[in-house]
Amino acid sequence: MATQGFEEDVPEEPVPAMQQLLDNPFLLLFIGIAMPTVLYIVWGVMEIVSLPIAK
Amino acid sequence: MAVNRMFRTCPASGLLFHEPAEKLMRFHAVAAVVSLLIGGILAIGVVLTRWQAIHLLPPDLFYQVLTAHGLNMLVFWIIFFEMAVLYFAGSTLLRSRLATPRIAWAAFWLMVIGALVNNYSVFRGDSSVMFTSYAPMGAHPTFYLGLILFAVGALVSCFVFLGTLVVARAERTYRGSIPLVTFGALTACIIAIFTIAAGAIILIPTFFWSVGLIDHIDSLMYKTVWWAFGHSSQQINVAAHVSVWYAVAAIVFGAKPMSEKVSRGAFLLYIFFLQLASAHHLLVDPGLTSNWKIFNTSYAMYLAVLASMVHGLTVPGAIEVAQREKGHNQGLFTWLRRAPWGNPVFSAMFISLIGFGFLGGISGVMMGTEQLNMIIHNTIYVPGHFHATVVVGTTLAFMGLTYFLIPVLFRREVMFPGMAKWQPYVFGLGMSAVSLFLMGAGTLGVPRRHWDISFAGNPFPYEFPGAAWLMMALAGISGLIAIVGGGMYLLITVGSVFLGKKIVTPGFQHVRARENVAAIPAAAPVITSHGSIGAGGMVAPGTFVLAMVFLAAFVLYYFINWKYLSTVWPLK
Repeated sequence: MATQGFEEDVPEEPVPAMQQLLDNPFLLLFIGIAMPTVLYIVWGVMEIVSLPIAK
Repeated sequence: MAVNRMFRTCPASGLLFHEPAEKLMRFHAVAAVVSLLIGGILAIGVVLTRWQAIHLLPPDLFYQVLTAHGLNMLVFWIIFFEMAVLYFAGSTLLRSRLATPRIAWAAFWLMVIGALVNNYSVFRGDSSVMFTSYAPMGAHPTFYLGLILFAVGALVSCFVFLGTLVVARAERTYRGSIPLVTFGALTACIIAIFTIAAGAIILIPTFFWSVGLIDHIDSLMYKTVWWAFGHSSQQINVAAHVSVWYAVAAIVFGAKPMSEKVSRGAFLLYIFFLQLASAHHLLVDPGLTSNWKIFNTSYAMYLAVLASMVHGLTVPGAIEVAQREKGHNQGLFTWLRRAPWGNPVFSAMFISLIGFGFLGGISGVMMGTEQLNMIIHNTIYVPGHFHATVVVGTTLAFMGLTYFLIPVLFRREVMFPGMAKWQPYVFGLGMSAVSLFLMGAGTLGVPRRHWDISFAGNPFPYEFPGAAWLMMALAGISGLIAIVGGGMYLLITVGSVFLGKKIVTPGFQHVRARENVAAIPAAAPVITSHGSIGAGGMVAPGTFVLAMVFLAAFVLYYFINWKYLSTVWPLK
């Protein structure tokens, strides 16, 4: 459908960095997986495995 | 391989449907409604058993019914519908062909097989482990296998949605950034991918444990990782139903977000922080430190709450601005009084918004506070909270969207329009009352999962106050009202889709792209001023007052709970 779309899509001004972030679904996907993986899963699992074993 | 580029333009809405995407949306919606039907029938057993005066089911059957109810409602109904929302937001709103329809079909059938296998395992009677399925309480291997198959199917669907974004950008089917509703769907998709990955991390070893290939599953490890799946799966709902709110505001009122930047920023906060709220399920577990608990709930979670409050402000704010611009500009609330309360698309969405914010949101923040959580942890307050978020919030928003989709997607007239007008009120108010009464009973200590609050025959009896019994009875009555509302929805939906009058459009046909499809919309003009609407220097003063009422309720309830904590756990 290459002929369907906007053919004159020329940016008029530089896109701000924040907008570039919001327009990049795969960067958002990376952040959205990395943050809870590190802050919730990895940190939580590290705390559990560092618990001393009862004797 | 030939790519299907056949589209149709909806004559009523102007929306452009890609032929394979449209069929996939229909199948996902039907599978979702079938799951809702099963879960709804099972809800009767749950309600009439926890209503202590009736106490319908024996314990083994109760836990079996509760397990199937939880899974069909919290997982299958919601996620099937969410996949339909993803295809709608990806293909229809971006006016793009769906990426890899064959893979999308394979994913759909994988989800169907997973749901069937999981239901089979529960109904055979040896997997009554409830939605949480905490190890070392074991279920039949097919229980875990069904969930894994369903999750893999949903994961593949998420990547089909991401692929569609790539196709739409490559084929330039939209201008600038993706629309806000699609961005909200992208947020839901990202949370879904994390959720499903977390589910795989814990459910695959648990499946191996169930077939004897692994000796031991650590219960705290299971709970910690499982909640990254169990709670985050409900966060997919939040992002999805907030997207539906924005969509309904645009569909019914032609409302534009008050600030796209602010709304997108709020979705970004969801992507960063929403999944971390899973930690509130572990706030009383001794194996995890307060650092982990407090960071994940009382710091990160509040940023996600901030995002929800932004959405809760901007959606009614956008509606208020649209209404005022149409002339309903007198006083504070004329715009709201003159809203189409008889249109179920709007009424469902607005009750969803209010119920989610006032009941689900405020109680969620209270539960996420480590000290306050001790008052209500594992009490029936928790189901009270999530029936406000997932049922009043998500399910009701999806119900409202369905009334829009029946003519637009299924090309059928809505049957029983008079009943449809009342359905959101019966279901929404009934379920809001369920939530309130369950939260009240939970505050008095009624346990979340115990089948019998009289503890008859137990060696260590405990007598709950009469108010707790009353609350459970009122929750039972309200639950029956909500089930009637759910039944009305199912009757209208199933009746309309299978027996409803077909909408016939002269000259209707699917056409190849660029042949007689609706014109590509022009870029939305930049809003620089709303003219002279509003009052007191604000364009949406009514929404501001509603926000202040919300804030007062929030602060009051929060401090009441601190006061209550000081009485149940004397500090003096």
